[in-house]
This record gives sequence, structure tokens and C-alpha cells, in this order.
Amino acid sequence: MSDSVDTANAGAGGVLEAVIGLEIHVQLATATKMFCGCELSFGEPPNTRTCPVCLGLPGSLPVANARAVHLGLMIGLALGSELAPRSIFHRKNYFYPDLPKGYQISQYDEPLCLGGHLGAVRIHRVHLEEDAAKLIHVGSSGRIHGSDASIVDFNRGGTPLAEIVTEPDLRSPEQASEWLKLLRSTLRRLGVSDVNMEEGSLRCDANISLRPAGTSGLGVKTELKNMNSFRFIERGIRAEIARQAEILRGGGQVVQETLHFDPASAAITSLRSKEEAHDYRYFPEPDLLPVTIDPGMIDAARADMSELPAERAERLRAEVGLNAESAQLLAFRGELGDYFEAALAAEREPAPEPQTLANWIAGELVARLAEGEDPAGSRVEPGAIAALVGLVGAKRVSVGAGRQVLDRLVSDGGEPEAIVEAEGLAAIGGGEDLAAIVAAALQANAEAAERVRGGNAKAIGPIVGHVMRETKGRADGTEVSRLIHEQLGV
Amino acid sequence: MRCTVIGRDEVLHVARLARLALSEAEIEPMARELSAVLDHIARIGELDLTDVPPTSHVVEVSGALRLDEPCVSLPREVVLAQAPAVSGEGFLVPSPQA
Repeated sequence: MSDSVDTANAGAGGVLEAVIGLEIHVQLATATKMFCGCELSFGEPPNTRTCPVCLGLPGSLPVANARAVHLGLMIGLALGSELAPRSIFHRKNYFYPDLPKGYQISQYDEPLCLGGHLGAVRIHRVHLEEDAAKLIHVGSSGRIHGSDASIVDFNRGGTPLAEIVTEPDLRSPEQASEWLKLLRSTLRRLGVSDVNMEEGSLRCDANISLRPAGTSGLGVKTELKNMNSFRFIERGIRAEIARQAEILRGGGQVVQETLHFDPASAAITSLRSKEEAHDYRYFPEPDLLPVTIDPGMIDAARADMSELPAERAERLRAEVGLNAESAQLLAFRGELGDYFEAALAAEREPAPEPQTLANWIAGELVARLAEGEDPAGSRVEPGAIAALVGLVGAKRVSVGAGRQVLDRLVSDGGEPEAIVEAEGLAAIGGGEDLAAIVAAALQANAEAAERVRGGNAKAIGPIVGHVMRETKGRADGTEVSRLIHEQLGV
Repeated sequence: MRCTVIGRDEVLHVARLARLALSEAEIEPMARELSAVLDHIARIGELDLTDVPPTSHVVEVSGALRLDEPCVSLPREVVLAQAPAVSGEGFLVPSPQA
């Protein structure tokens, strides 16, 4: 699971390990902005959703949106966070044309939610803030003669965001993108956001550092900004890990800075100059009162949250198509249900059939773990078992070989496809190859073949066994049985 | 009474963050005045404030939230009429990347 990078001069064995934390901005599904009554904009003409508050005009006063606080509490409850009885807004000061006030209203040392976890990743905090406006760069070749200019559209300015910050618990680009998929499906299920990455309602920054594998300190980190697809997140993090490894390999030092990954050129460039980065001079926003959370608000958030186990069982049966027994098991052992749904949400190709996936998780995987162990804490990523079941379903891996792959996933983690390739476990197709092996097996077990022909179904055992030995378990049992009967003419 | 010393570099750094242009003659007095302000604040630190929560707001009211109900936004022509420079549908600004 951990991405090890070979470096000659990296100390402690020369192998580096990546340490990754994510900051995720989620646009909350409110009707209006964070601090004013302007409606959220979905492609309206520029600057038609503004008022004195979100334009930062003198004398205007912001008031926090109760529904944004409510949705923030739902996120906190879903992540198992501690909900702060009192939290306050701060001004984060910097100048940029997308910020009319010269500061962004955010939360600093007293956020709405603290701590928690999702799967194996710990949550540091969840706080509320407002989004910036949109800048359209015109450039010197644009309509404005001889000047390099931008046009500001304040429709997006003031849109409510929840920022979710993880602890640095991720170890590889793949793991980061898998976990983000789990977060996205969780937020979608909560209904707190439309979590549409293409439209920017879910944006992700990654904090990345390297350290000698097996050590527990943290190296100098860089922040990779605003990646808006799972593919870019994986590629961006991978490129930054490679860049840092190269620096460390050359005996250099990583500089703490904010970076931009350009997916087109795979180039990583510095975003802000060093001396200005992170010098935001936070102070409590005097225009806003502290947010106090009473038990009634927490009850209301909980009441709006995801389904109870009975409802979940019914949904897994009626909508996902599981049999009643599996649906019940996954709903009442919530961690298995979460794992199952995370595996489905991984959207792997070929897609696993849901009932088969449930069987593999509740049967094969659980049998390989300790009693009562949460599979999310195992080395088997939800996406990995989804991929494995997909391969088995597509008959690219036999059931027997699939079990061997799962053994490897449980002990070492990794990706099924890579294990299949490395171990030579790909299924032998039903074509000429397998037919020839079956023919040889019939010759070698002529007596058994005769008894099968005579109607003794059990006699097929040694013949199938012979084929499986020859193919090291990679042949599909049903197909072998079919070929035996076909060749014997019964 | 402790004495804070704000140096020239720090004054210039903060001025730059605040986009303030200080003349050469203003730098030294600014450093002196900022130091005096911080000294004044530092006196609060001499008190035993173990059980006193920080005052983040002078009005001891909290929990004033707004219902998530839309209000009418301003007409764009009114909004853009306030701007020193306009282009088409938006506010025209120097490119921050220039």
C-alpha cells in the first residue's frame, strides 16, 4: 500500500515513503450563500447573484446561514467528529481580485468540528468558510488593448464551503484517490453536497512529504492545489512524490511551498511566492457572532442523516439487488455494509456483480480476517476486492485463482490485476488450449472417463483435478466440466 | 513593562502584506508606534487569565443565524456602476498574474 521510492542517498535503507494528507473543499447544498441571501449560482449570467454583503461593500453585515451550519454538523456526525459547542469565524487576510473584502471569512482555531475518522483515515477538523469569486483571465490578446487584465464574476463569491482536513494518514496516490471516492460517496449519501468534481463542488488539495520508510517523523511538505478529478489527483501526487524524491536523491532539501499541477504537461509549478504564503494574519471576525450549537441542532442534524440499519437492508435488497440474507448482514454489520458500498462506489471495470461482491466480502474476505475485524482497516482496499470480483465475474480469473489473489491482498495489499500478472494467475480461456488439456486429462484418466460415460457423475473428480493441476487452478471449473462432458459425448 | 521592538524589516513586510506604500520617513515612526501598541497589549498578558475565555466578540450574544431563504440580488447594472472599471458583464481588474 505504501509507495516506496528508491533513492540512493535517502538514509535509513535508502527507501522513502510518502506521507499524504488531504484538504477537501465541499460546496454545501444550500439555497443561498454563506453570509447573505443571494441564491447560489449554477451558470447564471456573471454578476447577477450579488448584494452589498458578498460584494464586501462598506457598512454591510454578514449573518451565517443556519442550513450551512446544519449541513456542517451532519458531516461532523458522519465522520464521528466532536461538535464544538461554540465555534467562531476568523478573517483570513490576503489580497487577490477574487476576494472583494481583502479577506476570506473562514474558521481558524475554533472550528465547527474536530477529530473523527472515515475508514482508516483520521479527520483533523471540519470548518465552514466562504468561496472566492471567479476570475476570467483576459490577457493582453483579449478585448482590452495592450493590458493584461482579468474580469471578476462575483456570483460564486460567498458560496458556503465545508473544508475537511485529514491527518497525514495516506501513503500512496492510489490510496488517496480511493479514500476520496469513499468520502465523496459518504457526502453524497448524506445529501450535504452534489459533490460534482467537474463543476468544482468537490475540490481537493494534497499535502505531500517524504520520509525514510519505517520512520515516524515528517519531512518538509508541499501543498498541491485544487485538483478536480480522481485521475489528476493520482497523477499529481505521483508527480510530486517523484519530484521530491529526485531532490532528496540529489542531496537537496524540499522547500515548503504551494504548487500547481498542470495535467496537460504534467508540470508542477510554484503558485505563491514563499514569503507571502501562509501569512494570513487571522483574527476573529468582529462582524459575526460566535456559532453556538445546542442539543436541538445536533438532534436535527442526526434526524436528517443517513438511513437506519433496517432502511439500509431494505435498500440493499430492493435497489442494489442483494438477497435478503446478505442485505441484512451488510446493514447490521455497518462496517461490512460501508466496505461493500465503498467497493461498489470504486466504479471498477469490469464491474463486479453486487451479490457476488457481497458474497466475497462477507464470505471469503471476512474468513481471512480476525473475528469482528473491520475490513476497512485491512490491507485490502475496497476498490481492490471490487476489481478482483470483477475479474472473476468476467472469467479472466478463475474462482480458485481469485482466492489465491485474495490471500495476497490480505497479506500484502496491492492491486489484483498486478498480482494476477506477477503470479501468472490469469484464467486459461475456454478455447483450444483448455480443450487440449481436457483431452489429455481424459486420456490419462481413461478409467474414470469410462465411468463418467457410464453415468457415474462423481467419477469426474479425478479428471477435473488433473486439469486443475495442469493449469495451476487457473481454469474455470464450470467450463472444465462442460468440456469433459462435451468430449465424452454425454 | 516589557519593550517590544518591531524592526524595519517587519514593518516593511507587514506593509507589503497590507499593500501600504510607506515613505522612507514613515518607516521608523511606524516601527515605534507598532511597538508601543504591542507593549500595551502585552500588559494584559501579565494578568492571571487562566479561567477567562478569550473575548472574540464584544457583544455576549451568540447563535444569531439566518434562515436559508433567498433575497433579491442587486441588478447587475447597479452593481457594475460602482466599479472603477468594467468590461462587458464583469468588473475589470489588473491580472493578478501580470
